[in-house]
Amino acid sequence: MNDKLYRGFLFIAALVVPVVCGGVVYALVTDAYDAFEYFGFFRFLTSSEWSYTDGAEQYGALPFITGTLMTTLLALVFCIPFSLPVALFVGEYFRDTQVAAVLGTVTDLLAGIPSIIYGLWGFYTLRPVIMALDISEQGSGILTASLVLAIMIIPYASSLSAEFIKMVPNDLKEGAYSLGATHAEVVRGVVFPVAGSGIFSSYVLAIGRALGETMTVTMLIGNTNNIPESITSTGNSMASVIANQFGEASDLRLSSLIAIGLVLFLITALINMVGKIMIKRARIS
Amino acid sequence: MEPVKPILEFKKTCVSYTRQTMAVKYVSAAIERNTITAIMGPSGCGKSTLLRAANLMHNLYPNIRVDGEILLNGENILAMQPIDVRRKVGMVFQRPAPFPTMSIYDNVLSGFTLNGISLSKSERDATVERCLRSVALWDEVKDVLNKKGTFLSGGQQQRLCIARALAMKPDVLLMDEPTSALDPIATAHIEELMQELQKEVTILIVTHNMGQAMRISSKSMFMYLGELVEYGDTATMFSNPSDERTKAYLTGKMG
Amino acid sequence: MTTLNTRNRLLKDRLMTWAVCLLAALTAVPLLAILGEVLLRGYDQLSWSFFTEPTPTAYRAMKAIEAGEPIPGGIANGIIGTMIMLGMAVLFAVPTGILCGAFLAENQKNRFAQTVSYLTDLLQGTPSVIIGIITYIWVVVPMKGYSAIAGSVALFIMMLPLIIRSTEETLKILPASLKEAGLALGGNNARVMLRVQLPAAFGGIFTGVLLAISRVIGETAPLMFTALGCSLIRWSVDKPISAVPLLIWEFFNDPNLQELIWGASLFLLLFVLTLNLIAKYLAKKWNQ
Repeated sequence: MNDKLYRGFLFIAALVVPVVCGGVVYALVTDAYDAFEYFGFFRFLTSSEWSYTDGAEQYGALPFITGTLMTTLLALVFCIPFSLPVALFVGEYFRDTQVAAVLGTVTDLLAGIPSIIYGLWGFYTLRPVIMALDISEQGSGILTASLVLAIMIIPYASSLSAEFIKMVPNDLKEGAYSLGATHAEVVRGVVFPVAGSGIFSSYVLAIGRALGETMTVTMLIGNTNNIPESITSTGNSMASVIANQFGEASDLRLSSLIAIGLVLFLITALINMVGKIMIKRARIS
Repeated sequence: MEPVKPILEFKKTCVSYTRQTMAVKYVSAAIERNTITAIMGPSGCGKSTLLRAANLMHNLYPNIRVDGEILLNGENILAMQPIDVRRKVGMVFQRPAPFPTMSIYDNVLSGFTLNGISLSKSERDATVERCLRSVALWDEVKDVLNKKGTFLSGGQQQRLCIARALAMKPDVLLMDEPTSALDPIATAHIEELMQELQKEVTILIVTHNMGQAMRISSKSMFMYLGELVEYGDTATMFSNPSDERTKAYLTGKMG
Repeated sequence: MTTLNTRNRLLKDRLMTWAVCLLAALTAVPLLAILGEVLLRGYDQLSWSFFTEPTPTAYRAMKAIEAGEPIPGGIANGIIGTMIMLGMAVLFAVPTGILCGAFLAENQKNRFAQTVSYLTDLLQGTPSVIIGIITYIWVVVPMKGYSAIAGSVALFIMMLPLIIRSTEETLKILPASLKEAGLALGGNNARVMLRVQLPAAFGGIFTGVLLAISRVIGETAPLMFTALGCSLIRWSVDKPISAVPLLIWEFFNDPNLQELIWGASLFLLLFVLTLNLIAKYLAKKWNQ
C-alpha cells in the first residue's frame, strides 16, 4: 500500500467523527424545528405546561429543565462528601499502596455497573428506605434519583480529582511540613489550593455525566410532568421524559421531545467543553 | 574554659531505608550555636538524609527508621512531636518552592497560617518586613507583596523560602543544597546572606560545592558511605585533612 | 499552653485521617449492596433453560404465577440480540476507531485533527438517550421500522469515541524511536503502522475495545428507540430484536415478569464487571 492511499484511508476514517457529529446536530435541529416554530424557542424553554390532550396540545420544557438541574445539583451535593475523601485516600493518604489500588478497583467497578441496574437497586432497595423514613410517600422522586445518581458519579469525580491531587509537587508538601504543619493542615493549606482548579474541573465533568444520565433517573424520579415543588416531590428530567414518552409520541409531541433532546445535547456539550478546557489549563499549570 | 553547650547534637544517629542498608551510620557530632556548619561528601553519602532527620522529615515516609538520638537544646527530638520540632528547626530545600497559590506576603506568613496561628495585622506586617529584610528581599519586593511568589526569579524564590522558615523564629536552620538550582550571582547573594543570618540562627548546610563550604562555614563535616569521617574546623579540614578519604575527596579524587 | 495547642492540632489531624478513611470506605458499601442484592435475588433464577429459552409471554407467566410455579422461559432472545448487535457494532467500530485513532496520533498539530479530537470528546460526552433519538431519526424512520441494524448503529456511535481515544493514547505513548526504526529500515508509513506500531499498541487497543464493549453492553436508552425488543429468538437484522438490558427494562415494567428481573441483571452485571476486571488486568500486565 502506498503512502497516499494510506493517508487517504486514515483521513476517511477520521471523517466519520465530524460526519456523525454534524448529523447529530442536523437531525436534532431539523426535527426539533416544528416544536420551536409552533411554540417559539424562548416560550418553549420557559413554559411549564406539558399536556397532550388532542387539540389543546401544550409543550414546554421548563419542568424537565428544572428537574434535570435539581437532580444534578443534588447529586453533586451528595457526591462531594464521598468522592473527595476517596480522592484524598487514593491520591494523598494512601498513595501508591495496595489499599489505594483496592479502593481504585472498587470505584472502577462502580463506574462499570450499568445504569439500569443502579435503577433497579434504587427502586427495590433505596425507595423502601425512603418510604420507611417517611421522607416521601411514594418513595420515588428527585431525592431518590439524586442519591443514586450521586453514587454513579463518585467514580468520575474521584478518579480525576485523585489525579490532580497526586500532581501536587512533593517539594510544596515537604515545605509545608517543614514549617510544622500537620497532615490535615498540609491538605487544607497546600494540596487543596494547588489542586483546586483540577478538582473543580473534575466536578464539572461529573456534572456533565449526571445531566444526561437516563435509565436510573427514569426509574426513580416518579415521571410527572410538572415543576417539582421540593426535593421530595416527583418530576422528570430531560433525559427521563424522552426515555418515557419517545416511544409513544408522534408529530408535535415527538418534535417537542427532540427539542428537549437538542437542549440537553447543547447543555452537556457546553459543560463538557468547559470542563475539558479547565482540565487542560489545570494540567499545564 | 567551659565548653559551649551545643544547640544541636547527633548521638549515634542511624538512618535506614530498609532493614539491611543503613544510609547514615552512627553519626555523633555536636553543632555549636550561631555557627555555619557545612556537611560535605559524595552523592549518596547520607548527608541529606542526616540533615532531613534533624527536621524529622523521615516521619513522612513510614519505611525510614531513625535510631540513636538527636538532641535539640538537650532534648531528644526523636521523642517529640514532629510539628513542635519543625517549628524550632527550619528547613530550606534544594529547589525553591514557594507556595504557588499564595502571595509573597502570605508565603512569608505561611508557617503561621498552616499551623492555624492567627496574628494581628501589625504583627503580620512586622513579621513580613523583618523576615524579608533579613533575607535582603524587602527592597526588591516591598511594592509587589501581593503578587504570587512564583513570579520571582529562582534566587529570589529561594530567599523567600528562607524568609518563610525564619518567620517561625527557628533555633536551627537546615539547608539542603540551597543553591544547587541557582545561578552564580544568586548563589553569591545567598552565601552573603547566610553570613548575616548566623548571628540569629544556627545554620547546618549540605553542599556539593567545596568552594562554598570553604567560603561560608566555620565547621565542616565530611561524610562517606553513611559514616561521619571527619568533623572539625573548616580551615583545618581543608588545609590538613586527617583522614585519607577526606583528602581524596577534597583533592577531587573521589566523586 | 503550647502542648494543649499541639494536642488539639494533632487531634484534628487524626480526626481528618479517620474521616477520610471512613468516608472512602463507605463508597464500597453501594458496590457491595448492589452486588449482594443482585447475587442473592438472581442466583435462584439461573438455570440452563434461563439461557436457552426465550422470554415467556405475559399470559404464560401469569398462568405460571397463578399455578404457583416458577415462570418458564429465560433470556435467550436478549442474549442473542445483544450478541448480534454488539457483533455488528464491534465489526465496524473497531477498524474505524483504530484508523481514526491512528490519524489523530499521526497528525497531532493538524487543525483538522484537532477538530476531530474535540468532536470525539463531544461524542463521548453525548447522553446515550440522544444517541437513541439520532439513530431513530437516521435509521428507524428511513427503514420504516425498528431493527437490529438500528440498534447496532446506536452501539457503534457509542463505542467509536472510546476506541478512538484508547488507540490514540496508546499510539502516542509508544516511543518515537519505534516508528523511526521502522522507517529507517525502508518501510513506508503504512507498513510501519501496520507491522510495527499497531502490533506494539495491540495491548492498549485491545483493552480499550474490551472496556468499550463493557460500557455499551448495559446501555438501555439508545436501544429502546432503535431495537425496540422482541420476545422471540431472532437471527435477522432487519426486524426488531431484544437485548439483555432491554429485557430488564421490560421485566421492570411488567408485573407478571418481575421474577425474571434479577436473573437477567445478575447475568448482565457479572458479564460487565468480569469484562471490566479482565481489561484492567490486561492493561496492568501489558503496561509492565
